[in-house]
Amino acid sequence: MKKKITYTFIYLFLTISAIISVFPFCWMVAGSTNKSVDVNKGKLTFGNQFLENLYKLSENFNLGQVIWNSIQVSFFVVVFSLIVSSMAGYGFEMFKSKSRNVIYAAVLLTMMIPFAALMVPVFKLMTFFNLIDSLWGVILPMIPSVFLIFFFRQNFQQYPKEIIMAARVDGASEPRIFFSIIMPSMKATYAAAAIYAFLTSWNAYLQPLVIIQSQDNRTMALFIANLASGYQPDFGLVMMAVVIATLPTLILFFALQKYFVQGVLGSVKQ
Amino acid sequence: MVAKGFEKIQDKWGWIFISFATIFLALFIFYPLVYSLYLSTFSTKGIIKNFVGLGNYKRLLQDNYFILSIKNIFVILVIQVPIMLFLALIFAFLLNDPKLKLKSVYRTALFLPAVTSLVAYSVVFKMMFSTEGLVNNILINLHIIKEPIRWLLDPFWSKVTLIIAMTWRWTGYNMMLYLAGLQNISQEVYEAAEIDGAGKTAQFFRITIPLLRPIILFTTILSTIGTLQLFDEPMMLAAGVTTGSSVGPGNSLLTPSVYIYNVSFKYVPNFGYASAISYMIVLIAVILSIIQFRVAGEER
Repeated sequence: MKKKITYTFIYLFLTISAIISVFPFCWMVAGSTNKSVDVNKGKLTFGNQFLENLYKLSENFNLGQVIWNSIQVSFFVVVFSLIVSSMAGYGFEMFKSKSRNVIYAAVLLTMMIPFAALMVPVFKLMTFFNLIDSLWGVILPMIPSVFLIFFFRQNFQQYPKEIIMAARVDGASEPRIFFSIIMPSMKATYAAAAIYAFLTSWNAYLQPLVIIQSQDNRTMALFIANLASGYQPDFGLVMMAVVIATLPTLILFFALQKYFVQGVLGSVKQ
Repeated sequence: MVAKGFEKIQDKWGWIFISFATIFLALFIFYPLVYSLYLSTFSTKGIIKNFVGLGNYKRLLQDNYFILSIKNIFVILVIQVPIMLFLALIFAFLLNDPKLKLKSVYRTALFLPAVTSLVAYSVVFKMMFSTEGLVNNILINLHIIKEPIRWLLDPFWSKVTLIIAMTWRWTGYNMMLYLAGLQNISQEVYEAAEIDGAGKTAQFFRITIPLLRPIILFTTILSTIGTLQLFDEPMMLAAGVTTGSSVGPGNSLLTPSVYIYNVSFKYVPNFGYASAISYMIVLIAVILSIIQFRVAGEER
């Protein structure tokens, strides 16, 4: 009897918590179909402004360009940071010099440094490279990921050493071992890492805020921030933009849930 | 001999393999760190640059905005982080119960907030917590409050809003880390405890928390670092709410990262002073992490 009551409470508690967790998503979608006044008043039901909001958003702003910018940034960050970090992860795992532990410790220490602390020098560096207000100015600093190097190294450690040794004895070069033996057989690791890199770059705000200046080079996060921070923002449009920005991550989440959790758990608060 | 030969070749390729990452890390992390230390000994105004030695650091200790920003994040550290981690532990504990039904539904629902971008969810929360908005409507309809709360317009309530928002966003994330850790604890431990007559509460405090200690330490450090870096949420929640340069009512949402940003790019840019603030934050992060390691290490 006592057990039954306990479980009733547990289910009640979990259900209420789950509703609170999911509720803002529902409200966000409902909001994208409502007028600004209604969103501000907290209207819960769907309205008929969906197309109107979408039309206004794409007509009054360079929405297509903004989405395209975000896609480019995420694409290049994912590709480059996966290549660079997985190679480094394998490198650390592979070579036996004592100096590797020193480098590795230094790498780990950098995980503690907030981007705000690097902001000014990175800004100056980008001024020097003439990459202010360019997407590459956003992409390049996001490529080195200490976490991903760490993550790849952890996963390579579990790779059977015998296979690598056998390939070496057969005369395969190290790059060959890496690119044609290890890389293809660790799809799950790469998928999780790709999701991590995608989330970090797709959602980045402070870094593009410092580098990007013109409207044409804004990313999705900058666009939403601008839209919502104006004097009298149109909340329906803001909601629509939020839905558009969140949709790709939601689709990824439900399609690749297993890898996703692994990838997200890596994303240290930014 | 053969193994020696391999080792040499491996070393060569090892260096080549890490060289790309090293170049990027050197350029975008190590160099900025060193440069920032150098810069922190100067006072800069635009292109004018004066050497001030430790002057910036002295100035910091008397800078009311800096001190306020530190106070603000310590409130978050002391209130939000423990609430969030405790909630996450409870969720993980409950969802680890093999007898529970609909487990994956609950897990997915609770984890979902961790998918959203920080800017996006902050903006949504800002709209939900507007004075004539959704949350006040619900609370008034449930007869919990009579008058609408001025969530974002009051120094106290704006911090409460920030705490609620961050807890919503990060609890499921931490829950997943704990659930992963619980996989290593055999169900038999819980079954044995149940046979001995230990209730759910006793199981939670006597088994789950002690066995998860290393992961609790890990999440505490992550949350500490995350809180010290807090930027997107306060920027979004404060945007357009107050006039002038105040971040939130009475600067109640001013965090060190926001302050660094404002000193560097919003006011008359003083990169030297901004660098000094940055170093202070790195220093605090390192000290807090060492303390947390020590505390957890001693108990082991």
